[in-house]
Amino acid sequence: MTSREQILAKILSSQPELQALPPDVLTAFPAADPIAAFATLLNTIGGTCIEVSNYEGIQKYILEHFAGQRIVSTLPELNTISEQGWENQDPHSYADVDLAVISAHFGVAENAALWITEDLMHQRAVPFICQQLAVVLSRKEIVQTMHDAYLKIGTADYGFGSFIAGPSKTADIEQSLVLGAHGPKGMTVFLLD
Amino acid sequence: MSSGTKDHAALSEIFNKDEARVDWHDETLWFVRAKRDKAAHNIPEWESLRETASLIKNNVLSNLHNYLIDFEEQAKKNGVTVHWAADAAEHNQIVHSILKKHQVDRLIKSKSMLTEECHLNEYLKEQGIDVIDTDLGERIVQLAKEPPSHIVLPCIHKKKEEIGELFHEHLGTPEGMSDPVFLTAAAREHLRETFLTRRAAITGVNFAVAETGEFVVCTNEGNADMGAHLADVHIACMGIEKIIPKRKNLGVFLRLLTRSATGQPITTYSSHFKKPRPGQEMHIVLVDNGRTTQLSRPDFRNSLKCIRCAACMNTCPVYRRSGGHSYHTAVAGPIGSILAPNLDMKEYADLPFASTLCGSCSNVCPVKINIHEQLYKWRQVIVKEGYADPKKKLAMKAMEFTLSNPFVYRNAGKAGRWFMKHAPFTVNNKLNLWYQHREMPEVPKESFGEWYKKNKKND
Amino acid sequence: MNVGLFIPCYIDQFYPNAAIATLNLLSKLGITVRYPVNQTCCGQPMANSGFEHLTQGCNDLFIDNFEEFDYIVSPSGSCVLHIKDHLHSPEQEDKAIGIRKKVYELTEFLTDVLKVEKLSARFPHKVGVHQSCHGQRGLMLAQMSELVDAPFSKPLHLLKMVEGLELVELSRPDECCGFGGTFCVAEEAVSVKMGKDRVADHLNHGAEYITAADMSCLMHMEGILRRQKSNVKVLHIAEILNAQ
Repeated sequence: MTSREQILAKILSSQPELQALPPDVLTAFPAADPIAAFATLLNTIGGTCIEVSNYEGIQKYILEHFAGQRIVSTLPELNTISEQGWENQDPHSYADVDLAVISAHFGVAENAALWITEDLMHQRAVPFICQQLAVVLSRKEIVQTMHDAYLKIGTADYGFGSFIAGPSKTADIEQSLVLGAHGPKGMTVFLLD
Repeated sequence: MSSGTKDHAALSEIFNKDEARVDWHDETLWFVRAKRDKAAHNIPEWESLRETASLIKNNVLSNLHNYLIDFEEQAKKNGVTVHWAADAAEHNQIVHSILKKHQVDRLIKSKSMLTEECHLNEYLKEQGIDVIDTDLGERIVQLAKEPPSHIVLPCIHKKKEEIGELFHEHLGTPEGMSDPVFLTAAAREHLRETFLTRRAAITGVNFAVAETGEFVVCTNEGNADMGAHLADVHIACMGIEKIIPKRKNLGVFLRLLTRSATGQPITTYSSHFKKPRPGQEMHIVLVDNGRTTQLSRPDFRNSLKCIRCAACMNTCPVYRRSGGHSYHTAVAGPIGSILAPNLDMKEYADLPFASTLCGSCSNVCPVKINIHEQLYKWRQVIVKEGYADPKKKLAMKAMEFTLSNPFVYRNAGKAGRWFMKHAPFTVNNKLNLWYQHREMPEVPKESFGEWYKKNKKND
Repeated sequence: MNVGLFIPCYIDQFYPNAAIATLNLLSKLGITVRYPVNQTCCGQPMANSGFEHLTQGCNDLFIDNFEEFDYIVSPSGSCVLHIKDHLHSPEQEDKAIGIRKKVYELTEFLTDVLKVEKLSARFPHKVGVHQSCHGQRGLMLAQMSELVDAPFSKPLHLLKMVEGLELVELSRPDECCGFGGTFCVAEEAVSVKMGKDRVADHLNHGAEYITAADMSCLMHMEGILRRQKSNVKVLHIAEILNAQ
């Protein structure tokens, strides 16, 4: 018998009588102002929320804060201020990307997490390896809780997707919170009208 | 593990020799428990969320056979290779064979308590393969040549000065430098360099979805993602109990996991791995290693519902004052004490007794495992299977004799005398362990029974 | 109402005043209480040590002593919880079930059955309340800090009726004291440290007395207080509720 058969046989003889799944959970206590809740939470987990009315606002902010640095983006609207052709390089070369600007499908008010799938990253490594991450999010795309988040994701197919909430962090040394453990040291969310 | 033959009580006694350090350890973990409380109290429906999570896990345990088959089928469709390991040895061999195929002799690993349980690092080292743990806390204990003392905060037992010394020795930071920001920055440089030069990455798994074949890995540092997305080969190791039925169940578990663990609303990264990226190989190793045996024990199978948040450790008044290493097993604390005897009842016979049965662990558990009731039940099993101290057995028999015979009880001596010799708190006391740090109760002039006979009996 | 008084063995032997106060308090409230003189112990010390299989003698004796009563009341949450959870008898299980349903810890009997809203007691002192785990988390005598639910406390409800009594707030309102039955000697180092920390919380907040619905925790803390030569005393909650 293979280990697979052995394990499955033992489970079949050991598992208790079938117990039903509970009903689906819906958001019980929605935030009165989910956008404000999202922005406040993002702030408490070390991120920055910038409200902008168009891509020009984003460009302006980036030029003010990241001028002269290595900037890559998945957004054609930011072509003039970002490096071209980066997607075809070896992902290891993104280690010195100072700022990566990508977009998210939606954000979650209860935890300031952003749902981002592979197609929005172009390269999976990008949001994790860059020094600073910026994400563009439409104000209309903020859901209340993780229950709503998965309702929205539904049966979507993706190779890889991640909820990203704030910059990389650790508190492993005496519970002192430090931003920028391995990945981005900061995270900016551009809330677009 | 490194404890030799010492049991929890003996290891705790050593830990307690430095009382100031015990205070520091206790306060640090209490701080985490307090953060958990605050996060939980921000969710008015917290208790019903726990109940839902518990019911989902009950369903998983009752249908694990089919869910595993579904998961395997979906994962294969997604282009992932699925392996099955009956025990730790097979798990280690599978990992080794994948690495051998790719001629990899050094790799990176993000946090996986399963690989700790299987002692993968030691095994691979023997095969000439170098493993670097990338979670900061795990890297620190790895440099110190110690096992993690906590499943979420692996080096919570270490002071920053000690970490500064380790980094000075291994990473060349300035002597005496112990600022956490500085030390984390040094580790960042060292580990980013490592990420860029390793072709294989091992990660753990927090949840695996039967419906879709995807698995979710949660980290704050981003080390699992950095490793997996840069490596040619990604090996994800998981216990078979990590399965959940549907993708939407993740909503429930991700709301509970980090709030219970650290008080954060969610980890920084909750990454859903479904398919390998083009040109990459992705493997999943499904590991039994005693889990099916635990599933066959009706009193203890609920321990398999655990999502490894460590809330039970942070709240445990014993864990906070004895340290994770006193449990001499990969998963310490209350949950470890009900998991470990299943793996080796003799080796871990002490652990179910390392508790006052206060019940706080069961109250914080996000999947409502009846931890303290299982501790009580393990005690009964361990005694019945013959792993109790023979001296204790004799004492218990003597106690049973007296306490089940009112005549013997009343005549065992006047108030307090029999008890002074045989009471629970002095029962196995050659050296009178009560008296070392506590005064004995004062013996009253008469027992209540004697008083009652004189004053009330004929009322 | 036919009430049987269940006095745990160590209270009988070491703390008769707690038992006397319980008896007098109930009498004062108009309850006729009888103490079956052949009682010994609930069997918990053996059971918690893994020797539940040796407790049948204690169980049968308990059933013989208490089956006749409408209610069984005891000044010990821990022993009551043990009876509620673990009293069994292969030969008379129906009687065991009956007893498990009618056994009450003193403060829950006073609040839930007698619905006491007034007491004539006076105790002009600063008092710290120790929430004994088995009473609190096992019998749910008070809300637990881990749970997200409405606060309540049966012991505090009663103590607030005592004239002159001032309750002190604690930093950790429901942390275990570390007694734990045989744990107190089997895990001596941790047990003592837990006890010292619990006592310190009360001392730091100015308690003159530490009280609880469980004497075993108090015995443990008393041992530590007396070793530290502290003037702070322990008193069972019945002694305060009955104080004049």
